[in-house]
Amino acid sequence: MVEALLRIENISKRFGGLRAVDEVSFDVMPGRITALIGPNGAGKTTLFSIVSGFLRPDDGRIIYGGIDVTGEPPHRLARRGIARTFQIVQPFAGLTVRENIAVGCHLSRRHRADALAAAGDIARAIDLGAQLERPAAALTVAGRKRLELARALAIGPKLLLLDEVLAGLNPSEIRDIVPAIRDIARRGVTILMVEHVMQAVMSLAAHVFVLAEGRIIAEGSPQQVAADRRVIEAYLGHGAASRMTAGAGHG
Amino acid sequence: MKAYLPIAVAVALFAAVPFLTASNVVLNFLVMALLIALAGQGWNLLGGYGGQYSFGHAAFFGTGAYVTAILQVRYGVNAWLGLVIGVAAGALVGAAIGALSFRSGLKGSYFSLVTLAFAEVLRITASVAPITGAGVGTLIKLDLRPEAFQFQSRAPFYWIALGLVGASLIVVRAIERSRFGAYLVAVRENENAAKALGVDVFMVKLGAMTISAAITAAAGCFYAQYFLFLDAAIAYGPWISIDALLAPIVGGAGMLFGPLIGALVIKTLGEATKLVTGGAPGLDLVIYGVVLVAVVGLAPRGIAGLLSGWTPRQFRPGSSADQNHG
Repeated sequence: MVEALLRIENISKRFGGLRAVDEVSFDVMPGRITALIGPNGAGKTTLFSIVSGFLRPDDGRIIYGGIDVTGEPPHRLARRGIARTFQIVQPFAGLTVRENIAVGCHLSRRHRADALAAAGDIARAIDLGAQLERPAAALTVAGRKRLELARALAIGPKLLLLDEVLAGLNPSEIRDIVPAIRDIARRGVTILMVEHVMQAVMSLAAHVFVLAEGRIIAEGSPQQVAADRRVIEAYLGHGAASRMTAGAGHG
Repeated sequence: MKAYLPIAVAVALFAAVPFLTASNVVLNFLVMALLIALAGQGWNLLGGYGGQYSFGHAAFFGTGAYVTAILQVRYGVNAWLGLVIGVAAGALVGAAIGALSFRSGLKGSYFSLVTLAFAEVLRITASVAPITGAGVGTLIKLDLRPEAFQFQSRAPFYWIALGLVGASLIVVRAIERSRFGAYLVAVRENENAAKALGVDVFMVKLGAMTISAAITAAAGCFYAQYFLFLDAAIAYGPWISIDALLAPIVGGAGMLFGPLIGALVIKTLGEATKLVTGGAPGLDLVIYGVVLVAVVGLAPRGIAGLLSGWTPRQFRPGSSADQNHG
């Protein structure tokens, strides 16, 4: 039995009267891509912020690599090997692409020259090589998403949290970036991704958890989850699943 | 070493001035400009590179000045040793104010206002505390010996001011090229992104504030030796907080030579205004205000930014930076 890399135990987070995350538990197994899906407002980003240390949970524990890391600040989690991207991209806008990535490279490299050189290698691997000396503010949306990815990789993560890296991209841009994500996983980085683009989830994820109204309502392979009545209802409203089957029967 | 060449060239050029002119007016003007450049370089490290805009660098300038003066006057400590202790005391005050404000998570204008408040508290305290001479001020005894950090002519003072500016340039350039410098700029650009990449934002800000305060305190120590007189309004007054932030912003915040260029420009403007208006009080401040508005509006990266021909503004139209920040 393989030990989970990340174990989320009974995590709860309230904002005033709203239970954004309500006693959520699940495991992320090492070496594969796990997806977390769910309708808008399900609590996915809140959960991400808790795992990456930006928010403190009201209850529950985060176990990473067998260690309780609940409530540790983001920079310490990053040093433990947890990297994240942001749903709303957060570039260092005034810096070049190379300088952006080098900030991450500095985690394991003291010298400026080493960090800048390593940043070049990472950028090339993620198809940003041609943009290295351009300011991050000059990148296209797709370029910024790649930069988020490259910067997260720069810290040499064991666990990579991807918060909607495909959101806002057009289908051809998605086609271009999906292989890059698969490549990262193939190199042994465990990935937990929040994603709305189902086509990408279906092709990338080995295991899917569905979050709705702060609770996990289903899990399984992408195919199992997509066929699950509770998942369909969570996305399309109560009774949607039965109406669909009834509709299919009449048609 | 190539990175340090411009510093060597600039210092060498300035060092030659006393051989070209013996005019005390010129040297006095340049000493004041260098003093502001030094205080401004301190501000530049924290504000220009780190994005933490202090309105109260007088707190560090005044601490440096008073510690140097009081150690000599009351405890008979050598002036050079006083300089070293003054710089250390400034750093300590910087670390204390930094720890308090950054630990409470103060950012942006809240941080600016708190630094202003600290400087004002120190000014008011110094204006009543017996140890600073309260309203009478502190007079350092005339003792024109190099051992006492006092000189017959202006030239040695000028070279010492230049040496301090040169040292501050080397320190800041070294930081620019270090991991700490990269982290500091990352904190300025985006704190959350920096945290996610393993940057301890609190420690980086605190480190920057401490070094920043030490540099500005050195300017205060020098001021005390140069004028041999201090009172609360001089040491902790808003004038130095303003000059220390105006010089780098006009010259180019976050750029190595910004404070030096800015100090020369604003001191020139200040003197020119005095000549034209016959020294009407406050008019130089009006000119400063106009210059500040012009720089922020037309050249946000300052004069050095204009010279280097690159402003981030050029890249903004057509990009989606602004939408994403909304």
